[in-house]
Amino acid sequence: MTFDYHEPRSLAEALALLDRYGDDAHLMAGGTATVLLMRQGLLRPGHVIGLRAIDDLRGITPTRDGGLRIGATATLRAVERSPEARMYSPALTDAFASVATVRIRNQAMVGGNLAHADPAQDPPPMLAALNATVSIRSSRGERSLPIDELAVDHFTTSLAHDEIITGVVLPPIEPGSRETYLKFLPKTADDYATVSVAATLRFAPDGTIAETRIVLGAVGPTPIRARRVEDALRGQPPSRVRDALELVPDEVDPIDDLRGSAAYKREMARVWTGRALARVTR
Amino acid sequence: MSTHRLSFTLNGTKHELEVAADRLLIEVIRDDCGATGTKLGCAVGVCGACSVLVDGELLSACLLPAVFADGRRITTVEGLAKNDLTPLQDAFIREGGFQCGICTPGQLIAATALLSEQPRPDHEAIRTWMMGNLCRCTGYYGIERAIQKASGVGGQSPPNRL
Ligand SMILES: Cc1cc2nc3c(=O)[nH]c(=O)nc-3n(C[C@H](O)[C@H](O)[C@H](O)COP(=O)(O)OP(=O)(O)OC[C@H]3O[C@@H](n4cnc5c(N)ncnc54)[C@H](O)[C@@H]3O)c2cc1C
Ligand code: FES
Ligand code: FES
Repeated sequence: MTFDYHEPRSLAEALALLDRYGDDAHLMAGGTATVLLMRQGLLRPGHVIGLRAIDDLRGITPTRDGGLRIGATATLRAVERSPEARMYSPALTDAFASVATVRIRNQAMVGGNLAHADPAQDPPPMLAALNATVSIRSSRGERSLPIDELAVDHFTTSLAHDEIITGVVLPPIEPGSRETYLKFLPKTADDYATVSVAATLRFAPDGTIAETRIVLGAVGPTPIRARRVEDALRGQPPSRVRDALELVPDEVDPIDDLRGSAAYKREMARVWTGRALARVTR
Repeated sequence: MSTHRLSFTLNGTKHELEVAADRLLIEVIRDDCGATGTKLGCAVGVCGACSVLVDGELLSACLLPAVFADGRRITTVEGLAKNDLTPLQDAFIREGGFQCGICTPGQLIAATALLSEQPRPDHEAIRTWMMGNLCRCTGYYGIERAIQKASGVGGQSPPNRL
């Protein structure tokens, strides 16, 4: 492992470094994933570009319309402890608080969490259930991407090599909406999820389910939107949840690993989606 | 490989050194500064043996690029006691908070960070916070008792003033 470390002070400078070094450059936010991958020899960049000194990437701020913007270099713990984030949705801060340990959350940053694209991570499913948009910059310009379209496979995103995530924008929460995040941890409390479920749900005035978004973590190559379950529930009374849950095992695509067999995880996905929906329909 | 001039304080003592880009904080504090109280356990961020405070924040020295320490105040187990042991260190001795001691520097640092953020943590708060610090000897009860005993006793040096 031998590389040059750069710590640009502005986004423009960081983008210029990415353009200059192309494929030989690798971004680093908190470094929790990058350091391990480099030490294991899985990543061998010639140039590491640290993002932590860039002021424009910091901060957690309410948007004018009642939403929330989280900067790419906000630490996971800063989100967990942010009164603005808690005010926006306690389920959001719960999801960030369920990552590993305080030590890891003090170092890991939101942009790094999203770009690392480990499907077992906690924040991405919750951000997806809250309908987040990822803000992205390159020297070619600026774009926004629905978070559903960021991760495309295990540890793989749709980001181009010259792009930097600048932050995540969450739209205002509709009145009457409820949100929850549940992480199933049968082994140890600091583990990655065996399955996790982020759900948001809003009732119509007549008591039927107007809208719900359900996103599962750790049971596929990316976070998985349970769209057929969402479709089955839209316009229906909450008594239909039980039937809709039967669709969950076919929505997910888990693998056998130390946290259980694929068959077990399919079943646990159904059980924990049921628990999440019980919380938002109660 | 680029090298970088770092200036930081370790337990109140100023250090200025030149480090290669790939060095980690644990290597610099142990090998370059000679402060070997902080231990390397898993080296992958899981066990907590390498816990240190950086500007009062609990971090894993095994995962932290040394360049991140530039301009910061680092506290390791060597920096906790002034003339006397802190109430927390004393409580670890009295309550059976360690046996072999390999995890203890990390436990003390993590618990110091906890008490500075939550001076009177309940049972649940202690367990949630300390779950990132593994111990193969004590069964954890002694550690939890020690933290409870030290909490609210006063005289706990807040890490950001060290
Ligand atoms: C011991 C341990 C336990 C963990 N447990 C959990 C857990 O329980 N739940 C969980 O969710 N996660 C867990 N994680 C994963 C952790 O959340 C990620 O490693 C972390 O969020 C990555 O963030 P970082 O800032 O450290 O990323 P870095 O290591 O700095 O970067 C990660 C990747 O993102 C890229 N990147 C960084 N910032 C940007 C940006 N702004 N734009 C574009 N690309 C960028 C980097 O190039 C790199 O490829 C764990 C990690 C460890 C080490
Ligand atoms: S040695 Fe750093 S966490 Fe185990
Ligand atoms: S005292 Fe031996 S590992 Fe904790």
